[in-house]
This record gives sequence, structure tokens and C-alpha cells, in this order.
Amino acid sequence: MVNDLLFNKFKEKAESVNAEVYRFKDKHEAIKFILAFLEEGNFKSSDFNWLNNSFLNDSDKRYISEKFPGINFEVSLQSATQAKVGISEIEWAIANSGTLVHDATSFDSRIISMLPEVHIAIVSTSKLLEDLASLLNRFHPQKAHYLAFITGPSRTADIERVLTIGVHGPERLIIVFVDDMGC
Amino acid sequence: MIWGVKMVTAAFKQSIEKALKNLTLRTALGKFAEAYIVAREKAYSGINFEQLRDRISEIKADSAPKLKELALEFKKNAEANGAKVFIANSPDEAREYILKVAKQRGVKKVVKSKSMASEEIHLNPYLLEAGMEVRETDLGEWIIQLAKHRPSHMVLPAIHLTKEEVAELFTKEVNEKVKSDIPQLVKIARRELRNVFLSADMGITGANIAVAETGSIVIIENEGNARLVTTLPKIHVVLVGLEKLVPYFSNIVPILTALPKSATAQICTSYFSIITGQTPNVDGTLKDLHIVLLDNKRTDMAKDPIFKEALQCIRCASCLNVCPVFCLIGGHVFGSIYTGGIGTILTAWFEELKKCEDIQGLCIQCGRCRDLCPGKINIPELILELRRRLEKEKGPSFLQKTFFSIIKNRRLFHQILRNASKVQKPFVKEGFIRHLPMFFSSLTEYRSLPPISDTPLRDRLLRFVQPDFDEKVVFFAGCLIDFVYPEIGESVIKVLNKAGFTVLFPQEQGCCGAPANYSGSSEVAYELAKENIEAILRLKAKYVVSACPTCTTSLKYDYIFLFKTTGHEDMLPKAEIVASKTYDFSSLIKVLINQQRLEPEKIRDFKEVTYHDSCHLKRRLHVYREPREILEGAGYEILEMYEADMCCGMGGYYSLKFPEISSPILERKLRNIKNTNAKLVVMDCPGCLLQIRGGFDKKSEPIETRHIAEVIG
Repeated sequence: MVNDLLFNKFKEKAESVNAEVYRFKDKHEAIKFILAFLEEGNFKSSDFNWLNNSFLNDSDKRYISEKFPGINFEVSLQSATQAKVGISEIEWAIANSGTLVHDATSFDSRIISMLPEVHIAIVSTSKLLEDLASLLNRFHPQKAHYLAFITGPSRTADIERVLTIGVHGPERLIIVFVDDMGC
Repeated sequence: MIWGVKMVTAAFKQSIEKALKNLTLRTALGKFAEAYIVAREKAYSGINFEQLRDRISEIKADSAPKLKELALEFKKNAEANGAKVFIANSPDEAREYILKVAKQRGVKKVVKSKSMASEEIHLNPYLLEAGMEVRETDLGEWIIQLAKHRPSHMVLPAIHLTKEEVAELFTKEVNEKVKSDIPQLVKIARRELRNVFLSADMGITGANIAVAETGSIVIIENEGNARLVTTLPKIHVVLVGLEKLVPYFSNIVPILTALPKSATAQICTSYFSIITGQTPNVDGTLKDLHIVLLDNKRTDMAKDPIFKEALQCIRCASCLNVCPVFCLIGGHVFGSIYTGGIGTILTAWFEELKKCEDIQGLCIQCGRCRDLCPGKINIPELILELRRRLEKEKGPSFLQKTFFSIIKNRRLFHQILRNASKVQKPFVKEGFIRHLPMFFSSLTEYRSLPPISDTPLRDRLLRFVQPDFDEKVVFFAGCLIDFVYPEIGESVIKVLNKAGFTVLFPQEQGCCGAPANYSGSSEVAYELAKENIEAILRLKAKYVVSACPTCTTSLKYDYIFLFKTTGHEDMLPKAEIVASKTYDFSSLIKVLINQQRLEPEKIRDFKEVTYHDSCHLKRRLHVYREPREILEGAGYEILEMYEADMCCGMGGYYSLKFPEISSPILERKLRNIKNTNAKLVVMDCPGCLLQIRGGFDKKSEPIETRHIAEVIG
């Protein structure tokens, strides 16, 4: 399968820059994985902020709310500032550099990937592309006013050239590929 | 020859001395430079760098002459998406515009992400003076802002500070005792600056690319601070130099491919942000987006037939990272915002030519940066052009004038050398001058000098009997082989005799002119070039050979360039004939071996050797396989040294002008040679030989140093 090749390449490249990469066959497994991650980390409902676009349907939200009562699917500056974990969907992924590409024109979708210490990005496996050039062929900047390319977590080497992960952006980037995004 | 020393001001010498004494800086830069080469290579694996930089330089070279048009197109398209675009001719105009926007909107707090253009126009002090709070948010920039320093490196601005120094700065800033633990320091920066982002009224960023077709700006970063600066405050000001403009959106692909790899040896940085027009704020209103396109002489530069090339720069700073001089002294010595090779050129244009008078001399002309520049800028050549223009503007110094009037007069120059061979006698011991008195003393502090030969090659050859073959080779000796190392010249002749050539030595040949040419004295170089070309062409020969790569480069390339640029096109046909016949020694020998006209002598006293690549041979003549193949063919085993093609620090008169820089570069070379455990180091250049042999003698290190002609002859 073409996507296996692309996924493997993506995983190798993204992990080499400290991203964590997972792949699940459908949405339910992906949700279960994310919830298990939150439980393991002893996160409370107020510790994470899940920006829902089209990924979650009502029954998914109910399922999540049972485990984390009071979870907020709306993002605000306040909620994103407080959240330790931000969860959002990302539209594209570039295999040869391990990069996520996101139309971050909406303010909420931008801050949810910027402010929390952990960013969990959900991507459809079918949206994996080979390289930057093949992405730019499908896309025009007039349509996305803020296009964000994300390759691994935030990093710096400004003090004594020592690579340190997590400065102003997330210190962990967890990428969850989903083969079947349907219900 | 101390004329060179006098060309540099005392204050400049002091700043070099200060930088050389800063061990933190030297260690950090040195380690970075070593790691960079390896990591850069890895980042580019699987990519055809030559093709990539052809594409980038093509895009940028096409854009350079139409920066103004591109700016107007950018303005139209960005404004169609709600941005406001201001084209600033000068730093003043840019600063005033930004301050006006800030005042109109009652801005009190400004957050910035890294922007060299904002440093170029000294924006921070200007806004601070107007009563605003301005905070840099890139970690390195924030650190130097707290330290009140200038950036010491374009990409790594705080590389001159240790974690202990950073901890001290943070302790003062946050009023709590901060430990010198790097992850902890980074956490403190995150915590402290987070509130600053959230409370700022205005964000100021630079941009790496501006796309005319769409009015988009592209920002490349790792920390995520630029993302916050462009998102949280309701006003965003972008300050970007006109040279960042490209016509088409698709043009960003090669630049985005190269920039992270060349800048920080990353395949990709953590974030690229492409912003096209206004985006929503937290409250749903649209961002107040101002894009200031800064000219500040860039369009003048575009009109200059030679310097327009510098607009191909994508500001990766790889010319700093690979520069043997920059890695020793860092950026502060450059005294301006832009540092290193490209910085020297930009300083001359963005400020004034006079500003680069001292710093242009720092370039040792090794050419390492030229090979790795993703914009394909011939930085060493542009620096030479600065030299030429400085000389035109100011005229040569008295000492320089005297020196060149001597070398221009071959008979006088040679007479002085002959006299010197007698005067030097009291200082010569075991074939070296190890100490010189008084103001000459610095010349022999770190390396011994060879004495001038009693009998120069030109005199020895009057008595040298050669077989008379039909085929002839003209030998261009150059000053060092003629007057200092005549025995190398004799070896060259013996080898060529063995291959069935009679070697002709035109007595009218003189200095190749490189010292004059490389210090900007084109007219002096022209006269020497003309004399040499005529002398060579007076004799009929199949080949012209030189055993000095610098002389070879002169004969093969520099003379043609010189005749073209000094308006002596009448000399071009002759120069081209000479160029087409000219070979460096190793290349000619390799040809003769391939033709089975020559078999090199088999090994005599050494089995293992190491080979030093001379700058002009490797990077101007692209010869590095040939000498190795010759040595291997002769049965030697080559133990490759680390950084074999790194400059030895000689650089002609550079080592007289900056012995304090030449010395540590040599030191590094000697260490790399020693580490191979080879007892013989071979090279093709008599200049490198002078430097390396003198260095080992000074250390009483029993490592043999030989020119390749002496090894195989």
C-alpha cells in the first residue's frame, strides 16, 4: 500500500525530530488511545482541551465525556492557556520531512497547537503526501491565510548549542494517524 | 613587509585580541563548526545540492533587478487580503512608520521574534526611547537583550555566553536564584515570556521569504515564539528586506528545502508559518497587519553589476559556520549587525564602504564558503571587489604602495631578494629563521621562516643541463619556488625531463601578481600579468606548468578576469592561450602518467603519508584526486587527516597582517596532521609548505613536510 510506505517514511523522519507517531485503523481505536494517554498522565478534564472539527460525532463526545466529565470541546484563549494537553485535527502530513501541515487560519485551531505543553495531532492516513512540492500543488495561500508547518516539538539550541525540547511551543508532539476517519 | 600590519587600526587589532582570548566563544564556535559540517552533510543526504542551489540562485538572480516591481506586486496582493504594505527606502522611514502605527494604536508593549532587519535599522532602541516596552522572545535574542550585547552569530546570537552567564542574567531578571541547568533555564524562559506574549499589544517579526504573487510572508523558526508573536497580539508588524521577495509561490520550495539544512543542519525546522493577509484575533476581529518592505540600498545593490549577486543570500549564515576565521573570532569583531563573509559585504552596502575597511581584511580567501553557499554567491570574490573599490576610493597605503612599486619592478624586486639572502645570514640556523629582531619578531613567533635561497632557481637554471627534447614545457616558478625553494623547482624539472620534456624557464617571469590582485591593487596585478603572459608566449611550448596553485590560478583564471575588468581586453586572446596550456603540477603529472610517459619513483623513506589540500588547488582548480592518485600510484598509503581541505592559515601576506589569526588556524592544521600518525605530510603549494614546515620546526616536531614534486621527483 502506498500509504504504508509514506507512513513509514513519515514515522522515521518525525521520530528523528522527537515527535511521537502512532497509527490506528479507525477512529475508535484512536480515541481509546488518546483517552488512555490522558488517564495514564492523570490528567483531569480541565487539563486538556479538545478542539473538535469534524472528527468527533455526538456519540464520540458522549463516550469521552463519560470518562472525563465536563470536558470542554470549545477552545478559548483561557482554556488553551490553562490546558496542559491540546488535541486537534491536522489536514496534511509530508512524509519526507515528517511535517504536519495545518490550515491555522482560525484563531482557536492555531492556539491549541501552540500554547499547551503537549499537542496531540490527529491526521487521516490518506492525507499523507510525499513532499512539500506535492502539497503546494494542491493548495493556494489565498484559501488558508495562516498555513502552519509543524515538524516535531518546539526546540532550541540557543544556550551552549545544547538541543533542548520545548521552549515556547509544545514540548511533546504526539501524532495519531487514523486510516478510517469515518464513524 | 610589515606594511600589512599597519593597514589595520589598533582598535581593530585589540578587538581581535579580545575575541581570541574569549575561550567560551572560541570553544563554542569551534565545536559548532565541527558538528555543523557533519550534520549539514547528513541533512542534505539524498538531495542534489548543486541543482538546488542553481535553482535558488536563478530565482534570486532573476528577482534582484526587479525588486521594486516585485515590491509593488507584493503590496497589491497583500493589501487585497487586508494587509497594509509600506515600502521604506531608508531605516529612518521604516522606524518612523512602525512608531507611527504603534502610537496611533496606543501600543505600550511590543513582543518581537528574531529579525536581522530590525537589528539593521536599530529598531529596539528607537521604540524604547519612545517609551515602549520591547521584548525579544527568541531565547538567544532575549538572553543578549538582557546582557545588552549584540548578536555574535546571525543564527546563534548568544553562542558567546555560557549557561552560567545565562543563569546569572536570569537570576537578575526574575528575582530568584536560577541554577545553570539548561533545561531549567529554558523552562524559565517559557514561563517568563508566556505572560509577555499574552499581554503584548504589538508583535514584530522578520520574514524569510516574501511572495509577490500572493502577498504571503514565510517565517522559519524552531522555538514557536514567532507563532505566538504572529498570533496573540492584535497588531502584527513584519519587517522584511526587499531581497527576500520572490515572484511566485512555488519559489518557496527550494528555499524552504535549503534554508534549515544550511542554517542549522536540520532537514526541517520545527515551524514554517506562511501568512497571507489578515487572520482572525481572539475576539473575531481581523489582525492589524503591517508589512514594511525595507530597501536600505538593496535596489542600489541590484544595479551594481558585481554586487547584485549578494542579493541571492537567503541568510542561512553557512558562510560564517565554515569560515576558519569566523570560527576563531566570532561576530563581535565585525562591529556591525551582519557578520562573517556575507556580513562584510552587507555592511559595506547597508552602512558605507568605509565601514568594511578593517573587516574585509579578515577574509583569508580560502573559498570554503563559496562551495557551500545555497545562494551560490562568490563571497570571496565579492570581498576582493570591496578591496578593489576601497583602494580606488582611498588609494593604497604608503607601505603598500612602496611594496607594490617594488614587486612591479622585477629587477629591483629580485635584487632586494638577493640582498636579503645575504642580510638574513645571522638569523639562519639549520635552514630556518627562527627569530627576528624588533618589529619583525611577531613574524616568527608561531612559525619559523625559511631563509631566502643563496642562489635562486633562475640562476641555478643557467647552469642546469637538460636533455634537449622536441617537446617543451614552460615552467612558471612563482616567487617562493624561485627564491625560497629552488630545490622544488629542480624536482619539477627533473620529473618533466623524465617524461620527455625540456623545461623552459623564461627569465622575464616575475611575481604572478596574486598579492596585488588579492589586496585590490588591480593595476599593479595587471602590469605583472601582462609581463608574465608576454614572457610565457615568447617561448614555444606544449604546456605551461606551475608548482604553485596560486600562480596556476592566476595564469588560468585570474589574468583573464583581470584583463576583462580593468579594460585591457586587448590582452585577452593571449591570456586565453596561456590559460588553455596551463596546468598545475599534479594535474600535468597525472596526465603524463595516464599517457604512460611517466612512472613515479617508488617509495623511498616513508610508507605512510598524509595529504594537505591547498585552498587554491582544491577550490579554485578543483584538483584533489590527482595528487592522491599520484601518491598512491607511487606506493604510498594515504592516511587522510581530519579537515584535509581546511586552510593552513597562510593566505599569502594574510599571515603577516594577522599573525594572531593565522597562528591558531595553523595550530589546528598541525594537530590534524599529527593525529594521523603519518611522519610525512605532502602538499602542492609552496605557501602552505612555508607555513606548515615552519610551524613544525617551531614546535621541534619531527614531521617531514614536502611539496609533491619533491616526493615523486
